Amino acid sequence: MRREIPIAICFLFGISFILEYFIPHEGVLSIFETIRQWAIIVIAFAYVLGIANLLRINYHVVQRKQRDWPYKIILMASLFFMITVGIVFDILGVGLGGIGEGTIFGWVYYHAQYPLQSTMFALLAFFIASAAFRAFRIRTFQASLLAVTALFVMIGRVPVGESLWAGFPDFTEWIMNVPQLAGKRAIMIGAALGAISTALKVLTGLERTYLGGE
Amino acid sequence: MIIFPCSKAPRYRPFLRVVFLLICILLIDPSWSLAQEDLTESWFNPNRVNMLVFLVFFFGVIIYFIRRAKKGKSLFIRRIAGLDAIEEAVGRATEMGRPVLFVPGIEDVNQIQTVAAMIILGNVAKMVAGYDIPLFVPICRPFVVPVAEERVKEGYASAGRPDAYNRDNVRYISDEQFAYAAGVQGIMLRDKPMANLLFGSFFAESLMLAETGFLTGAIQVAGTANIHQLPFFVVACDYTIIGEELFATSAYLSKEPKLLGSLKGSDLAKAVIMGILALGAILVSFGVIEFKNWFFIQ
Amino acid sequence: MRKFLEKLERLDRRVIFIFIGFSIALPLLFPVYTDFSVTAPVEGFYNAIEELPPGSKVLVSCDYDPGSMPELFPMNIAVFHHLLSRGHKVIMMQLWATGTLLAERAMTEVLEDFPEKIYGEDWVNLGFKEGREVVMVSMGTNIPKTFPTDSRGTKVEEIPIMQGVTNFDDVALLMNVSGGLPGTKEWVLQVQSRYGVKLGSGCTAVSAPEFYPYIQSGQLVGLLGGMKGAAEYEKLLGRPGTAQRGMDAQSVSHIVVFLFIFIGNVAYFAVKGKKKRLQVSR
Repeated sequence: MRREIPIAICFLFGISFILEYFIPHEGVLSIFETIRQWAIIVIAFAYVLGIANLLRINYHVVQRKQRDWPYKIILMASLFFMITVGIVFDILGVGLGGIGEGTIFGWVYYHAQYPLQSTMFALLAFFIASAAFRAFRIRTFQASLLAVTALFVMIGRVPVGESLWAGFPDFTEWIMNVPQLAGKRAIMIGAALGAISTALKVLTGLERTYLGGE
Repeated sequence: MIIFPCSKAPRYRPFLRVVFLLICILLIDPSWSLAQEDLTESWFNPNRVNMLVFLVFFFGVIIYFIRRAKKGKSLFIRRIAGLDAIEEAVGRATEMGRPVLFVPGIEDVNQIQTVAAMIILGNVAKMVAGYDIPLFVPICRPFVVPVAEERVKEGYASAGRPDAYNRDNVRYISDEQFAYAAGVQGIMLRDKPMANLLFGSFFAESLMLAETGFLTGAIQVAGTANIHQLPFFVVACDYTIIGEELFATSAYLSKEPKLLGSLKGSDLAKAVIMGILALGAILVSFGVIEFKNWFFIQ
Repeated sequence: MRKFLEKLERLDRRVIFIFIGFSIALPLLFPVYTDFSVTAPVEGFYNAIEELPPGSKVLVSCDYDPGSMPELFPMNIAVFHHLLSRGHKVIMMQLWATGTLLAERAMTEVLEDFPEKIYGEDWVNLGFKEGREVVMVSMGTNIPKTFPTDSRGTKVEEIPIMQGVTNFDDVALLMNVSGGLPGTKEWVLQVQSRYGVKLGSGCTAVSAPEFYPYIQSGQLVGLLGGMKGAAEYEKLLGRPGTAQRGMDAQSVSHIVVFLFIFIGNVAYFAVKGKKKRLQVSR
């Protein structure tokens, strides 16, 4: 029953979300609405489970002094610190508690997370330049098509392209609206069908990977 | 009994009948299904019958093919170059005595792509187990860790090498997207895996991982259904599995009947959609718009 | 010469990094403000707000993080400014935990131009709710039940702007500033296609091509794609901001990448040609 009960729950609630799409009856919709509220609450509790899992995993790393174990201590300390200043201080009414502007949490967010995340994202500009330099070599017909289209879109989507040729933005929009859109649409349809197929296998219990093994 | 164009393959007749029926339904004037003003007392929304027809057809087709596969009927899958490359990559890693790195994306286990990645991980673990090289699996979400551990353990066990399984190689890095990317880049640069397998849901970190992997000289096979990241993988990786091929990968590698069956089923559904698209384009070109209107969801 | 061409073909990426770094930094420090035209998706986004009757309630979902801030923060500010300047009511929410502080900061910046706007009457922040698509669909049935309080802990039924707002039928427009998942695609799939609400989106440049099918099908009324989209929107509003300032940097860096690709291909063909000639002569 250890596996059958989760599979049954998965099936019942999955089917309910599908049926909700087709049944407009007010009474039935209110039941589905209640189920959705349960889902939101369970998802919120997943944060608690997530924290517990995080601590469990990192505690074992620290205990066994595996690779990067000092960083795991910093990770756990940071976690407790942010929970304390963001939630505990707010509940206790301690000054600068909470998660808004002007709080300790906000200060750490703007002075640590924001610059770190922005910096990592900014690295992409350099990576894409080096990847483009390496990859856009006109070796074959397809590669040349890729390179030429990419160059047109790159130049056409910035103001300098319009300065060079007034028709550049319209031509770029044509590329986006016709060939690009056709290809994207085809991939989207295919990916969606694949996702539906996998979801069906999960719902019917044919796929049990998410339970953690056969 | 409905008469339809005959087929030389009798086993396809039931499905051709269903497809023929569908086309007949689709050609019916959809005005009979148009909205009633107040549906709050109704048990069925007639404006969504088109979606119901498609869902029933799609589910039926998948279940049919799964049953056929389970009965032992052989189902053909065309060769996918990127997936053959996985075995080549693992073989190359063995020759060089370097590890294999499997990155299952950054989303949680409730995402379909992560589920697909876990299935592929099990197959890769089985492949790697026989070669006695390490398999590193850095994980972004805590909930994925036990699932990944279980898949790798099973893979090793099914290859007859449960002793070779090393739990420490399935490693939680960080929940934070770029911290995870930095951690994986560190693994790539320090441990220098020969084969990087990137399967799952990726976002902005995809190019970082792929470029760093390229710098280390690894063979890289990537697969994601996140369309916006495909260009980066195409540019930086040796092979890219595009969109639904990610979901087909598990069937391709394992040859499991239920996976093959569902793959065939979704392929047939896609063929029907292509037929409908072509038919719709022709009809609209001749001014027949009722067919097109049937597909609007109200 | 051949050695030089071979070196050029295998150019050290650090050289590329230096050029990219300067090509972005210098125009940011010394902007020229090159002019540009506005594309149709951005016009659609702008017109969707312009066509609303004054006092309309607009739901704005700010779903991004500091990583995508350079592209999306200017968009967010421009959207808030546009809505408040037209006298519309803004109901903001977040589906990303990292978006809460950013959305608040965007609104704080905009309110400097609108000191008369009152919280609770002209705008409200419902805050962050975890649940992704479940939250979206739940809002389609009952928004107050999904967000019982706002971000400040006030009960939603006590907030004037939320009076009469039960579900998406009671909002004139839904705007989404999206950095990834959950984002525009999920709003289209779960909300627009199910409830038929008018939906406009601002997204990162890398995601924008994916949403062109939704513009064509009419599921999106408009789309702001990346910093260029934000700059075009700022131009329509007559309010130059950081997005327009960034356009010069984007232009120069794109040209630098183009030149490197060109140089790489010239070197590739030159080396390839030389190799062929050497083989023939042997």
